[in-house]
Amino acid sequence: MNLLHLENLTVKRGTCPVLDGISLTVGQGEFVGLIGPNGAGKTTLLRAALGLLPHQGQANLAALSPQDRARIAAFLPQSRDIAWPVTVEAIVSLGRVPHGTGPLHAQDRAAIDRALDRMGLAGFRGRTATALSGGEQARVLIARALAQETPLLLADEPVAGLDPAAQIRTMQVFADLAAEGRAVIASVHDLGLAARHCTRLIMLETGRIAADGPPREVLSDALLARVFGVQGFHAETSQGHIFQPLSVTR
Amino acid sequence: MISQRLLLSLLGLLVTVLFLASLLIGPAALGLSESLAALFTGNGGPVVLVMQEIRLPRAILGLLVGAVLGLSGAAMQGFLRNPLAEPGLIGVSSSAALGAVLALQTGLAAAFTLALPLAALTGAALSVLLILALAGPRGGALSLILAGIAISALTGAGTQLVLNLSANPFAVMEIVYWMMGSLADRSMTHVWIAAPFMLAGSVMLILTGRALDALTLGEDAAQSMGISLRRLRLMIILGTASAIGASVAVAGAIGFVGLVIPHLLRPLTGGQPSRLLPAAMLGGAAMLLAADIAVRLIAPDQDLKLGVLTALIGAPFFLHLLWRMRGVEA
Repeated sequence: MNLLHLENLTVKRGTCPVLDGISLTVGQGEFVGLIGPNGAGKTTLLRAALGLLPHQGQANLAALSPQDRARIAAFLPQSRDIAWPVTVEAIVSLGRVPHGTGPLHAQDRAAIDRALDRMGLAGFRGRTATALSGGEQARVLIARALAQETPLLLADEPVAGLDPAAQIRTMQVFADLAAEGRAVIASVHDLGLAARHCTRLIMLETGRIAADGPPREVLSDALLARVFGVQGFHAETSQGHIFQPLSVTR
Repeated sequence: MISQRLLLSLLGLLVTVLFLASLLIGPAALGLSESLAALFTGNGGPVVLVMQEIRLPRAILGLLVGAVLGLSGAAMQGFLRNPLAEPGLIGVSSSAALGAVLALQTGLAAAFTLALPLAALTGAALSVLLILALAGPRGGALSLILAGIAISALTGAGTQLVLNLSANPFAVMEIVYWMMGSLADRSMTHVWIAAPFMLAGSVMLILTGRALDALTLGEDAAQSMGISLRRLRLMIILGTASAIGASVAVAGAIGFVGLVIPHLLRPLTGGQPSRLLPAAMLGGAAMLLAADIAVRLIAPDQDLKLGVLTALIGAPFFLHLLWRMRGVEA
């Protein structure tokens, strides 16, 4: 079943296209890594797919009402705003907002517990979120998106600023979600993490899809040199595909 | 952080005590049982007149004006995600004030008692149309702030112009005193004209709690959780304009309650906007009732204006706030 369906999605800033005719579908069980250099259009793609930006073309989520959309797709924005000194638990509970008004039910509490556990935050429940470190706040916000328990999760640079353990844990959680039959699309700058954990990579280049497929095909030397201007080291190991960027080609 | 139920109970108790105190304190020295009995009896004696026509409307207005100032301050801070926001930020207060000033200057207010509040409400309504036209379609906070600042500046200049060109020194004096904000010499008619707008506005603002909670994580996150920012912004603008427009119409501009009260109560509500809204409503009512009692006690013969007192308390608090923020950011 397709959870995300984009057809000729185009976003213009003035007359300049930031996204130019993006067509793609993402189905259950996929963990899609959205990669591309700065300014390639990763954030714009995620926001336009949700209907948060004026756009041309088709996006199945953008056509839904905000409430319906929020039960199908959760979104983790790149900016990590926490405006008020609320507790970690209060933030993660916000993930249940789309699932009905009134006090939290047992199933809401269970979803909140699962999300806290998945991000290793069980001991942080009562802490004031704004007093945590940046990386810890990022994990709390990921837990909020997880608590929404939607079939689809869109995450904009979820692992930026996390320590290595938290980065691996987060990528593993997303891979687990995909394995459970949900789908995750995450923009990632760390190509090594993307190569190792994603089931599919979509490489963006100045608003267009440069490549779309399994990680080892997308991370080809030619594409890496053309789109990112880097070259690196590849290896197939028992741990999976390993990629480490080594030098700049231009 | 204490439990929400306990906090609201304590604030409710405080408001009740201050409301009774407001009824019982005044220049006419009346006995306790005598005053309370006079509230509920129908004979037209002087005690009944003082209680029903002077003190009761004053206490009710203190309660209502304080409540909407606290509530809309909390809602505005929640919506703009800024602790320095206050209800006047979207230009409603200064537009309502301009309406009232025009009524005073033209003599309409003297000819017809309700001309002043009605002119103020008209000013507030016009500012809403203007801000909706200026603030753009997508529901963002920044365009709202900028539009509000522009409207405040424009209507503020309008008020200054009236004062500047006024040929009538008595009207000027009256305008200046009115702008200081007061609850003295209001009648039940003022209560009846303002209360429906304040109630309607308060209902709209209270209903935004959940959306404001979601907005804690930013506009994109809130929208992705099913919150319609356009609807939220409309509720905030209409709710604030209705409540604050009516408050300015009957009490003049009373500053700092909407800024200070959400701040004082935020730590007690765990920072959550949805919990802060009702608490700030009660807290605002308590602060304004207390301030209105204070102006009667401090200078019974001087007609100390309520808005002057709240600013005298509020401004140092504001400085303290800035000082603390400076400490955090340094």
